[in-house]
Amino acid sequence: MGELPQHIVNSLIMGGTYALLGIGLTLIFGIMKIVNFAHGELYAFGAYMMYLFAGILGLNFFLSILFAVCAGMVLGAAIELLLLRSKRSADIDTTMLIMIGAWIVMQNAERMIWGGVAKSIPSPLPATPLVIGPVSVSWLRVLVLVIALALIGATYFLINRTKLGKAMRATFLDSNTAALMGINTGAIYTATFALGSSLAAAAGALLGPVFVVSPTMGDLAALKAFAIVILGGLGNITGATVGGFILAFAEEMGASYISSGYRDAMGFLIIIIVLLFRPTGLFARSERVG
Amino acid sequence: MRKIFPWLVVLFFATVPLWLHAQYYLNTLIVTGLFMLAAMSLNLLLGYTGQLNLGQVAFFGIGAYVSALTSLGFSITVFGFEITHDPWPPLIGILLGTVAAGLCGYVIGKLSFRVRGAYFVIVTISFAEVVRLVALNWVELTNGPLALPGIPPITLGFDWTGSITLWGKIGNYYVILFFIVLAYIIIKRLVESPFGRAMIALRENETLAMSLGINVTRYLVLAAVISGAIAGTAGCLYAHYIQIIDPMIFMFLNTVTMVIMVITGGKGTLAGPVVGGLIFGIVPVILRKYVGPEVQWILYGALMILIVFVLPEGVVPAVERWFERAAPSAEKKRGDAAAPSVGLEAGKGAR
Amino acid sequence: MTAPTSIAVVGTAAPVLRIDPVLKIDNVAVHFGGLIAISDMSFDVREGELVSLIGPNGAGKTTAFNVITGFHKPTRGQVTFKGVPLNGLKPHQVTALGLVRTFQRTSVFDKITVFENVLTGLHRRTSPRLFGTLLGLQTERRAEEALREEAWDVLKLVGIEAQADELGGSLPYGDQRLLGVALALATGASALLLDEPVSGMNASETARFVALLRNLRANGKTILLVEHDMPMVMGVSDRIVVLNYGRIIANGPPSAIQNDPDVIQAYLGKGVKHA
Repeated sequence: MGELPQHIVNSLIMGGTYALLGIGLTLIFGIMKIVNFAHGELYAFGAYMMYLFAGILGLNFFLSILFAVCAGMVLGAAIELLLLRSKRSADIDTTMLIMIGAWIVMQNAERMIWGGVAKSIPSPLPATPLVIGPVSVSWLRVLVLVIALALIGATYFLINRTKLGKAMRATFLDSNTAALMGINTGAIYTATFALGSSLAAAAGALLGPVFVVSPTMGDLAALKAFAIVILGGLGNITGATVGGFILAFAEEMGASYISSGYRDAMGFLIIIIVLLFRPTGLFARSERVG
Repeated sequence: MRKIFPWLVVLFFATVPLWLHAQYYLNTLIVTGLFMLAAMSLNLLLGYTGQLNLGQVAFFGIGAYVSALTSLGFSITVFGFEITHDPWPPLIGILLGTVAAGLCGYVIGKLSFRVRGAYFVIVTISFAEVVRLVALNWVELTNGPLALPGIPPITLGFDWTGSITLWGKIGNYYVILFFIVLAYIIIKRLVESPFGRAMIALRENETLAMSLGINVTRYLVLAAVISGAIAGTAGCLYAHYIQIIDPMIFMFLNTVTMVIMVITGGKGTLAGPVVGGLIFGIVPVILRKYVGPEVQWILYGALMILIVFVLPEGVVPAVERWFERAAPSAEKKRGDAAAPSVGLEAGKGAR
Repeated sequence: MTAPTSIAVVGTAAPVLRIDPVLKIDNVAVHFGGLIAISDMSFDVREGELVSLIGPNGAGKTTAFNVITGFHKPTRGQVTFKGVPLNGLKPHQVTALGLVRTFQRTSVFDKITVFENVLTGLHRRTSPRLFGTLLGLQTERRAEEALREEAWDVLKLVGIEAQADELGGSLPYGDQRLLGVALALATGASALLLDEPVSGMNASETARFVALLRNLRANGKTILLVEHDMPMVMGVSDRIVVLNYGRIIANGPPSAIQNDPDVIQAYLGKGVKHA
């Protein structure tokens, strides 16, 4: 068990970006009732934007992250306006099919534009790891965690402390009533999708330099985001945050103590187990019946 | 006409190998047929019970692996016990593969009862992904990413009758045509029976269905078992035709292909997956000449979105409606004539 | 529409010809968290009786209805039908006992024809065998033929046979309600629970529905009606149970209910004491 501290640190770092992914997806589901299959592609999009800005154009690393996040936001808003706006009253299966279509288009567009070969993004940070006692971690990963936590904090602030956040929460509770109260729910939907997309893009921009950027990177990300959201309960932001860290921890443990091949299976096992025993997620308050 | 038309279509496809000699196109038709079969199985769940199973490829892949392993034989160690299986004939493999996929259908059907809607969709995807990861990582059994090569082709006949082995495309073509016809008849009889009515009732209004005394669980599970078994058969046939399988068979895109076929053709119609299957089996062959695979997939995705926007019910219902509008008088007459006659018969029964 | 024979004697105390109650609601209470929807409710319905459960808006009628049909579990108390407690039974099991409800809003299958609707309702009357069906056996086909005849009988009983080929969702409102009843009848139910069946109906639709109710009652069906259309209820019921603020404030024949001061106050409010 001497490696446990290292595993915990590793999962904390992955957990931060997982939480970003999960919060984005859970916001979109909670407020818009849309199962966003393109979420993983927005993650991949963020990573490619990071590659474009930092890797190809050679812009400042931090500026590139900011640009990637903004690009994700713009793309998210565009998707909402083009594909989802007119289908707002459609059932969940319809929007799901639309998002699956969008996912296929986006992934193959990436492959067409960037090619199938994985790209790496240069990092400006020192290559020597940070060593504290038994734990060793690269500076880049520390930075990823810090930025992820900052973004999570900013999202919380946005949701809980701003007027926009208040309107989003109202729409989440009851969109009809919110509309009656004078909230422009159409704008809220666009904002929600843009925000969720920008968080996914942020996760991609952060993990892109840690790993490599490839067209299929979004697939697993999307499924992991689903796992996180289910773990935390659909529409529950705190649940998604905690869920992100739990998934990262479960993966780390699964990879070290079962087999590294099953790292990615942990998310799905979590989904199946949670849904079988606690279908409303781990952090759901008991609902009023009827 | 309505009764004969499907048989004319079958007759037409039965003649195809007689005049189509290009192996490439025959291969396309065989693979199209396999996906069509899988799409038909998906339609039973998606179209008739209304459950979107995005893990349908798991049934397909499990069928393929079970059948392949049955006919190849294997030797594994599980918890210290050594299990060795000697090769059995492919037909037994197909039977076992179908049964295994049907059992998985049972599990999915039971699951769908606990979780619905978005949750069900995600659970089914997860199920398929877990199966894929097992196929990838249980190297001792599945050879992992190195694939299972040398799967024997289907051999028809018994020791005492003499047998033929389907090495070529033509034999496989007819076997698959046979299974498509069989599956079509099974699904048709099912959905036009009280079983199918119960499934449609639960798709349309589950609460009302339950209050009418329909045991919803039972019919969902039944649909899932039959759906799984048909998809499993398709997988078995795939394995013995291609003769090599690897974990890529569980790719989510394969499920997506089935979904596209079903919604394009028209979910909840018998002909829908057949029409959709033909479109998405043949269009790529034409596209391939002009564009790369990425563009092809982009067009698929765009088409899927387009269908949802423009033809949400699919091609088959749209064409049917067009025909009805083209010949309204004939349809109307037939409908009017049928109703009272049955009514009279019923009248005799009533007091 | 010709008035069917009716043995309901309106306005007089219902003669207690029938024996035991078939549907018994014993000390039922329903709480939602801190909210008490029903505090204590007991009444019963005898076989062949047409009882109405009425009350002002928010009195707890719908909750009562959901408890009786087994869609909600009561916090306390129990509901029995033909001596079988309904607690914990699944909806299809309740139906199997012969107790069937109709719904206020989604009472029919919209996208299939009226005839197919009724065929679906007849589901419980069939015991199709899977292999027989898949093999297309003669016995299954004959069973299907018989079922179709039965479906016509039900349609005629309710009086919507002319619309057999129309889609359920395309029927006018009143006819949808009739189809809802047809669905319930098709299950072979001996007792029907109707949830505000005439709300939103126009006068002629209501009249047609009342005629159907009388007809059903004459055919020996037990009926529990949850309704707030007072004149309709007064005209058709053997007995009326009045619910207000989650408790029963009156239980008796229409004539008695009409003059009950508690009921008058519940409906007209406290402001009209000197009315």
